Amino acid sequence: MLHIVACIKQVPDTKIIKMNPKTNTMDRASAPAILNPYDAHAVEEAVRLKKRYGGLVSVLTMGPPPAVKAIKKCIEIGADEGYMISDRAFAGADTLATSYALTKALEKISKIHPIDLIICGKMTIDGDTGQVGPGIARRLDIPPLTSVKKVVEVNEKERYMVIHRKLEDGYEVIKSPLPCLLAVEKEINKVPYSPLPNMMKAARYKPIIWAVADLEDIDRTQLGLKGSPTIVSKVWAPPKPQGGTILDGTNDQQVQQLLDIVLEKKELFQ
Amino acid sequence: MNFEDYRGIWVFIEIKDGKVAPVSLELLGAGRELADKRKSQLAGLLIGDGVEEYVQTLYEYGADTVYVYDDPLFNHYRTESFMRAVFDCCEKHKPEVLLYGATANGKDLASAVATDLPTGLTADTTILDIEEDTGLLLASRPAFGGNIMATILCKKYRPQMATVRPKVMKALTPQEGRSGELVRETVDLKEDDIRTKVLEIVRETTKKSSIDEADIIVAGGKGLGSKAGFELIHQFAQVIGAAVGGSRDVVEAGWIPHQNQVGQTGLTVTPKIYFAIGISGAIQHIVGMQNSGLIIAINKDPDAPIFQTCHYGIVGDAHEVVPLLIKAFEKALDRRVSHV
Repeated sequence: MLHIVACIKQVPDTKIIKMNPKTNTMDRASAPAILNPYDAHAVEEAVRLKKRYGGLVSVLTMGPPPAVKAIKKCIEIGADEGYMISDRAFAGADTLATSYALTKALEKISKIHPIDLIICGKMTIDGDTGQVGPGIARRLDIPPLTSVKKVVEVNEKERYMVIHRKLEDGYEVIKSPLPCLLAVEKEINKVPYSPLPNMMKAARYKPIIWAVADLEDIDRTQLGLKGSPTIVSKVWAPPKPQGGTILDGTNDQQVQQLLDIVLEKKELFQ
Repeated sequence: MNFEDYRGIWVFIEIKDGKVAPVSLELLGAGRELADKRKSQLAGLLIGDGVEEYVQTLYEYGADTVYVYDDPLFNHYRTESFMRAVFDCCEKHKPEVLLYGATANGKDLASAVATDLPTGLTADTTILDIEEDTGLLLASRPAFGGNIMATILCKKYRPQMATVRPKVMKALTPQEGRSGELVRETVDLKEDDIRTKVLEIVRETTKKSSIDEADIIVAGGKGLGSKAGFELIHQFAQVIGAAVGGSRDVVEAGWIPHQNQVGQTGLTVTPKIYFAIGISGAIQHIVGMQNSGLIIAINKDPDAPIFQTCHYGIVGDAHEVVPLLIKAFEKALDRRVSHV
């Protein structure tokens, strides 16, 4: 049975987040917590593959207790099982420490159901790095396949899959053995509205939650802030631009002034 | 880990379409400054099949040393083979800093290498600096969808690694005949050891939007009102020979394709002239175009943030101003364009 695990994250909606102009800090309370949009595509792809080939879709997240909501959203999309690792010891993790903690959880999940495929979103909209997926793949020593825009085939019996990997000017067709890890682009699928039975299941659903003590062979020095090589030393509002010259006069006069300014670069207009 | 053993600024050199990727040349420019500040060397790390011909170019753009892995194994980019070369080279020669272009492959590679070394990796850096005495890399980047800037440090590990956005650093003017040291390296790796296979590479026949390379971009936003209103942008662009861009709003509304989107989740562009028409100037858009040479904004809302970023602005309705611009430019450039 094909077992696909999607790694997901609950994030603040950065489209809506507001800055406090006095302190130059983010008003996190202003932004609703949502399932990272790229991860919704990861879960949707896992669900589609399950429909195509049969199997089981699990989701895994690391986060504080309210992140359960993101798992429920994945159940709505069609995931079967949800796992969460939640512990103060994970707090402040950068991508290296995050991939370590998630890998330990994946190892534990694989003892319950061996894992054939791991799917992540391309990146999270709060961290914007895209580094956790490849990090997990390296730690599990399975091939990382990033920028995936299409799954062509999964062959469970012969243990391989074929995908399209997006390039700047096209795509490449890659064959990889299973298990492997995919980080998917948004264009891989469309996430439809959730069917009612899934929503009802999600409302009742309680994920399996593990603390650090529940994970085996874990090196606590590699977790959280302590295990993170990168630190944020300074946060500031993007430099406020000076502001330009606003032209005046009638529309015609303004257009004429603009024309003179722009035509100084006449060599550009061939 | 003895930090004294780690010296030099390195740039991973990406080859694309038979030449050195522009971002790699930009990073050599940025790396040169860092190396000079640290009184250390700048090196390029070049991996591929038949790539030695690019070495001279790298010297001319500022590299003192080029480490080359030239082998049919590296014919296509694959994480496993490339990361092995980068990993081995870091272990052997111990750079203080290693920079990669924040391209699909650069980010993929850097993430894998950082995990194995292990070390810290900052993604999508837009500002780089280094502490002269300690060698601590100050890598700054937009975070939370561009709402804030953050400076990221890696104090405990070496090398310090960052991916850097294309088009934010400046390449040096090449010095013809400048030379350096070539160091040939090999990996102990066979084709059978590499698990993934590239079956085929498909180049998209419909040429990708040219806004990447355009000297002039006319970009439109929600202020155009409708897809029909956006036609004005196409007309104006046609008259002045510009490429067409847009904000995320108009891409989501389906007025233009995604590959024309300028901004945080689209492209970063640096044309010589950028017209922002009916674009309010959300920070996500600004980060994608703020390095343009001359920014001109047209918007009817005098308080629109775009006026903070532009060099010249016209407060006015695009539907009135743009037709006047079209006429004025047609006359000035002595050009008639049929408006279909």
